[in-house]
Order: sequence, then C-alpha cells, then structure tokens
Amino acid sequence: MGQYLILIYTDEASWAAIGEEEAGAVTAAHERFGQQHGAVLRGGGWLHPTATATTLRRPDGRERDDLASGEDALVTDGPFVETKEALGGYYLIEVPDLDTALRVARDVPEPFGGVEVRPLRPSVQEYQGS
Amino acid sequence: MTDPAGAVADAHRREWAAVLAATVRVTRDLDLAEECVQEAYAQALEAWRDGVPARPGAWLTTAARRRALDAHRRAEVAQRALPLLVVDEVAPEPWSAPPDDVLALLFTCCHPALTAEARVALTLRLLGGLSTPEIARAFLVTEPTMAARLTRAKKKIAAAGVPFRVPGPDELPRRLGGVLAVVHLVLATGHTAPTGAALVRDDLLDRAHDLARLLRSRFPDDAGVAGLLALVLLTDARRTTRVDAHGGLVLLADQDRTRWDVRMIDEGRALVRDALTARPLSRYAVLAAVAAVHADAPSLEDTDWPEIVGLYDVVLARWPSPVVALNRAVAVGFADGPDAGLAALDVLAGEPRLAGYGYLAAARGELLRRAGRLREAREAIEEAVLLTANDVERELLAGRLAALG
Repeated sequence: MGQYLILIYTDEASWAAIGEEEAGAVTAAHERFGQQHGAVLRGGGWLHPTATATTLRRPDGRERDDLASGEDALVTDGPFVETKEALGGYYLIEVPDLDTALRVARDVPEPFGGVEVRPLRPSVQEYQGS
Repeated sequence: MTDPAGAVADAHRREWAAVLAATVRVTRDLDLAEECVQEAYAQALEAWRDGVPARPGAWLTTAARRRALDAHRRAEVAQRALPLLVVDEVAPEPWSAPPDDVLALLFTCCHPALTAEARVALTLRLLGGLSTPEIARAFLVTEPTMAARLTRAKKKIAAAGVPFRVPGPDELPRRLGGVLAVVHLVLATGHTAPTGAALVRDDLLDRAHDLARLLRSRFPDDAGVAGLLALVLLTDARRTTRVDAHGGLVLLADQDRTRWDVRMIDEGRALVRDALTARPLSRYAVLAAVAAVHADAPSLEDTDWPEIVGLYDVVLARWPSPVVALNRAVAVGFADGPDAGLAALDVLAGEPRLAGYGYLAAARGELLRRAGRLREAREAIEEAVLLTANDVERELLAGRLAALG
C-alpha cells in the first residue's frame, strides 16, 4: 500500500465569480466524493484563497535556525508562487498502486482546474505511524 | 560443434523480453532485473560452450532469477532508495492461467503516467533488449540524454507505484490504444530511420513485428491490434526492396515488386479485410488498407490512386494529422495530376507542425518537377536536402537535383 496526495489546483478567479448555489453544488459533490471513497481517504482539506497566504522565504545560505528565530526570515504577503491556478485543497489517500490512485483522482470534483497526484515517500508514512 | 555466441545472440533476440519479465516478477525492481538478465546472458556465453540447453529461455530465466534472489539476500539489510514495484500475487490455484509477465511489462512501459518519449524508449529497452546507444540513435538524441530519460522513467515507475500488471477490462481499451501507438512509432522509426547512414533500422522493424504479433496472440478480437499487425506486415513485406545493393533508397516506383514478400502480403490483406469491418473503426486498419492497395498494384502508375485518396479522407475525417494530409496530397498528385497535388499541398504550407519536415519540401519538389516548373522544383528539393538527417534519403534527393540539371 502507498499513500498519495491529490493536490487540487483551481482557478481562484472563477471560484470568486460563481454564486452561492453553484458553490454549494461543488461542496455537495465533494461530500459525495468523500462518501464514495471513504475507505481509502486518510485526510483532506479545503484551503482559503491565496490572498490569505503568508510566505516565509529563507535567504540564501542561512541556517534553518535563523528562520526559526524569525530574525532574518523574509516574510511576505501572498503565496509562495503566483500562478493562475493555485493549490486550493487536497486529499490524502492510501491505495495499492498508481492506477487505483488515478481512478480515485478522476472522481475529485473540480470545475475550474485539475488535480495532481503525488506519491508520498515511504519514510514519511512510517513517521506518521501508518 | 556448437556456436555458443550465435546461440546466445539468437536467445537474446527471441527470449530477452520473456526472461526479463519473469525476472522482474522476482526482483520487483527494473534496474536489478536488467542487471541480472545481462549477467545471465554473459554466463551463458561460458556455460553453453559444452552444449546449448534444449530450452535456452528457461535456462536464462533460472540463471537470472538465481542472481536476483542472491542480490535480494545481500540487500535485505540495506536501505532501499525506492519502493518495490507493485506486483500482484499469483493465485496459488494450479488451474489458474500463468501470469502474462511479458504483457504486464509492456503495459508498465507504455503507462500513460510516462511521457510518450519515455514509453517508446522503455519499450525498446525492456521488451526489445536494445541498448541505450541504439535507442538514442533512433530518436536523434545523445546517449547521456537517452540514459537520463530511461533512468527517470524507471524511477517514476517505482516511486509513483506504476503497477506491473495487465489492466483490467474497464481500463483495457484506453490502455491498449497507448500500447498500439508505441508499436506504431517503433514501426515508423524503423521503416525510415530519422537519422544516420542506413535507411531502414532492421532491429526496430523486427521489434515492431514481435510486439504486434505478441498483441495479436493476446487480443485476437481487437480490430486495432489486427490493423496494426496488418500495417506491420504490409510495410515489412517491402523491406528488402527499398534499399539497393549499395544501401541507396529505391523509391516505390522503382521497387522490384516480384520480390515483395507474398506471404506477409497475404496475411496482411486478410487482416485488413477483417479489421475494416469492425466498429469502432481503427486508424491502423485504414492505414493498413492504404498499404494493401499498394501491395496489390502491378506498378506505381497502375495503382488505384483514387482509392488511396478516399482512404486518406477517411483517416483525416476522424483523426486529423498534417502528415496524413501530406500523404493524401501526394496521392492526389497521382490521381488527378501534379497541379491538383500542388493545390492540396499549398493548403498545408502554413502548418506549423510540418515546419522543418523534409518530406513536405521533397513532395513539393517532385510535384513541381512533374508539372514542368523546374526552377521551383530545384529550390524545393534543395530545401528538402537541408531538412533531411538520413544520409540515404539525402543522397536520393541529391540525385534528383542532379537530374534536374
């Protein structure tokens, strides 16, 4: 068994432009997705738009400690990378192989973008105690 | 007196894919499997001096698997950098069919999660047993580039969990289409090598032949598979007549049609007939039908060109492609005369996907020559020479230029 992160990329402008009814339909679709694939779902989340993001960029050549202390951290308002389609949410699934992961990912309701399927390294899974 | 080197070379040609696929099931690691199979072939060179085994493939598989088990034992304590390949457990029931490892390996190599370039390279490497330099030469890239492409693809298969498995019935139609596309590309690349000294790459044509046969044996009812095998046979039937004694290109017009392989043509023609009646229609079946019309013609002039134009129209209506449109324009040039052919080519002049494609300029040059517009013909053929990387084709074009005076 392997864990895969399904990263949902979405066009935020399109999201902002739709009405409550349409947004409600997408939310309902996600609920159905959750019920349909509950057996393999290990987690998931829906992010606020990138306008709410804060980025910490470590200056070149600095040690991680500097970042932790906050002294030299370069804090900026906004996402790490500005793109038309931004990360809007994710699902974490546990399935036997990529074919199964792609079958699940096909069912993710995302009207304004697409999804990226990324395998998690096994060591991370062990760290999580799964 | 046995010839171990010859027997090993023969076994490499015939058994490589089966030995490797069976070894992958044990190693669950493509690199390790390749290594073990290569060592098994090296071992055979020594061991077969005293006699070639009755079943060379079984001998090689046993040798490779033994090495794989040794390697696994040694690596048990070592940390693995990548996860093991996802391999289904084989059902223990004696009545269940043996796992089709060669087919599983083919579907793994042609997985849609890999780039199209990686799919064909992996297929030639793992199913065809071609070396990295041989594959690099076929696709106009340097050896390090091809090596990196293969490494990256194998890493992705392991890390992303691409399974070693023949897809189930729900996915099979789509996945089989991807496999056919890879085999078609191997055929096209072998038929006219994009670069180098030889026109035909026998190794690639042989592999296309093997793969099409393998698919036909596993999917006897699939019209796409039948169409592709027909295309392979009808193309390959002309292999020996396309090159003269000095390696020069012999055009369709000048080929000795009595030397075309009649058995391949008969088999191909029968497959086309069946595949054309199946629905949905397969693109390969229609392309094979074009090849069948050529195979039935006594000469270039006495070819049923209107039929060929009609078949290309069928292809273009369903699967638009600038290269097929170019071939259609050439056929129009024979069916309705050079001016009609040139008119059909003019439509394609601005097509960005044909920019830098030597055949467009060469076809234009030939039609202009037949239309008596010799100065323009010369310019077009000069352009084609610049755009062609295959030495044999360039020589033919140079000959045409000289003939124009």
